[in-house]
Amino acid sequence: MSGASSPEKESRTIRVNYMSRVEGEASLVIRLKDNQVRDIKLKIFEPPRLFEALLKGRHFSEVPDITARICGICPVAYQMTSVHAIERALGITVDPMVRLLRRLLYAGEWLESHALHVYLLHIPDFLGYPDAIEMARADRAEIENALRIKKIGNAIMALLGGREIHPVSVTVGGFYKVPTKAELQTLVEELKWGLDRAVANTHRIGQFEFPDFEEDYEFVALSHPSEYPFNEGRLVSSKGLDIDVSEYEETFAEQQVKHSNALHSQIKERGSYQVGALARVNLNYAKLPDVAKQAAESAGLHVPCRNPFKSIIARAVEMVFALEEARRIISVYDPPASPRVAIPVHSATGCAITEAPRGTLYNRYGFDENGILHNALIVPPTSQNQRRIEEDLWKFLPPFTSLRVSELTKRCEQLVRSYDPCISCATHFLRVNVERE
Amino acid sequence: MLIIGLGNPDRGDDAAGILVARNLREHGIKAVEHAGAMLALLDRWAVSERVIVIDAVVSGAAPGSIQVWDPWKVPLKRTLFRASTHEFSLADTIELARVLNRLPTWIRIYGIEANRFETGIEPSEEVVSAAKRVTVEIERIVAGGLSVSTRAGTRT
Repeated sequence: MSGASSPEKESRTIRVNYMSRVEGEASLVIRLKDNQVRDIKLKIFEPPRLFEALLKGRHFSEVPDITARICGICPVAYQMTSVHAIERALGITVDPMVRLLRRLLYAGEWLESHALHVYLLHIPDFLGYPDAIEMARADRAEIENALRIKKIGNAIMALLGGREIHPVSVTVGGFYKVPTKAELQTLVEELKWGLDRAVANTHRIGQFEFPDFEEDYEFVALSHPSEYPFNEGRLVSSKGLDIDVSEYEETFAEQQVKHSNALHSQIKERGSYQVGALARVNLNYAKLPDVAKQAAESAGLHVPCRNPFKSIIARAVEMVFALEEARRIISVYDPPASPRVAIPVHSATGCAITEAPRGTLYNRYGFDENGILHNALIVPPTSQNQRRIEEDLWKFLPPFTSLRVSELTKRCEQLVRSYDPCISCATHFLRVNVERE
Repeated sequence: MLIIGLGNPDRGDDAAGILVARNLREHGIKAVEHAGAMLALLDRWAVSERVIVIDAVVSGAAPGSIQVWDPWKVPLKRTLFRASTHEFSLADTIELARVLNRLPTWIRIYGIEANRFETGIEPSEEVVSAAKRVTVEIERIVAGGLSVSTRAGTRT
């Protein structure tokens, strides 16, 4: 790092380079002149764009396994969204128990992803540790407990998906193989332990000190009449949006920006919006089970919450939900008569949105009478939040521009990490360069 | 002995560890592939006291260069290994394992210098060749015929 001192009367360029080469690559560039913010650019490289091209010419039955490889942390989200889009195109309805198993699989992914982000990547920001390793030195039991909760998610994914990462049992129309009732029962004791622990953790997280920052966001999430959303529902917002997912492309626009490979999403003629855990909790609070609502109250989370830093509480509440939902599903589960339904192949186009841990994920596929794809569109949550993150930084940074570069970088990281973009962990090992004119 | 090849098979040289695991299996030696969450390694290697991990690295050395580390003697440099998007890197996972007393009794990390990571491309010739050399070396270790240096060293 160079230029740790911070002269007030000159131009500074702060580059926060996220060293990331597998699921995403990104950097944050902030230009200051006389301690005034002159420019902020979040640069993100996104593999989904390349996968759209890779999918053309492939049979739809291959799509779920290919899209699952877009991200090592949320393969279920990509797999589920593609499966639902193809099933909507073909007019397929799955067995109710298959539907429940898909919710259970999604609960496993939320648990795994949220536990990693909340306990190992985000909490250190609030407790003043540089990372989870230093936190583990101070409180080993806490990290062991976090890993144990994450492992419950892994166990669900391994049982339903055939393995912990990149599940192989999901297919269009259902599953290749479904678990027995007895197999699911093996998860129950850990789920009980996890639920108690997650409730206590949510309360503790609510006691953290949060930066005093609020914005008048338009929150966007799925909304289902009777369920906290995973796989289906209408797309709604805190400012009156209420559409079928088939109206997504008429309502939202993706804009190419010079500084990033990712497209910036916006609501047409309205602008930026926020997706993710905070949006889901704000828009679906009433559908949370009582135990999750009590955890939210105990943590002081009152909806609508417009402080992005409190998204860590929303994720903690969603872990409580995921554990309780997994317990509920297991208690009512009976294996379906058939793990999957027959697939009628014909030319069709279909789209779907599911709630990835980081927010709404949109997929649209068109294929011919032989089921061969001729078009694909994948809009990941990170690109939907990207414009919003930049706008937040414009508002959040001005009071801190005279800080030393290391301090300023830390505050930027904390805000960016609140959105849990597909770059967030890398902010723990940054290369920071400051250029002076 | 547990042998784990890390990487993403769809992203060019990032497949280095995967290539070694596949080579070993073709030669009848059990080796697993691991893509995605590094933290899962903590549970994966809990079943074995002797572990070899192979991954792609970026150190500035010539593509295909091979480095070997004993994490008990030399902490891994965080900047060398995959810094996945919302995940721990291998170096972070090893340091966390050390703090949690979950580091295998005997562990060696093979790093193969990588150069290109674009989605959908093949691994470079240099990395494919290096993967073969690492495969031979691990075969010797498995056969008990080679004592791997416990110092990090680069060779091409």
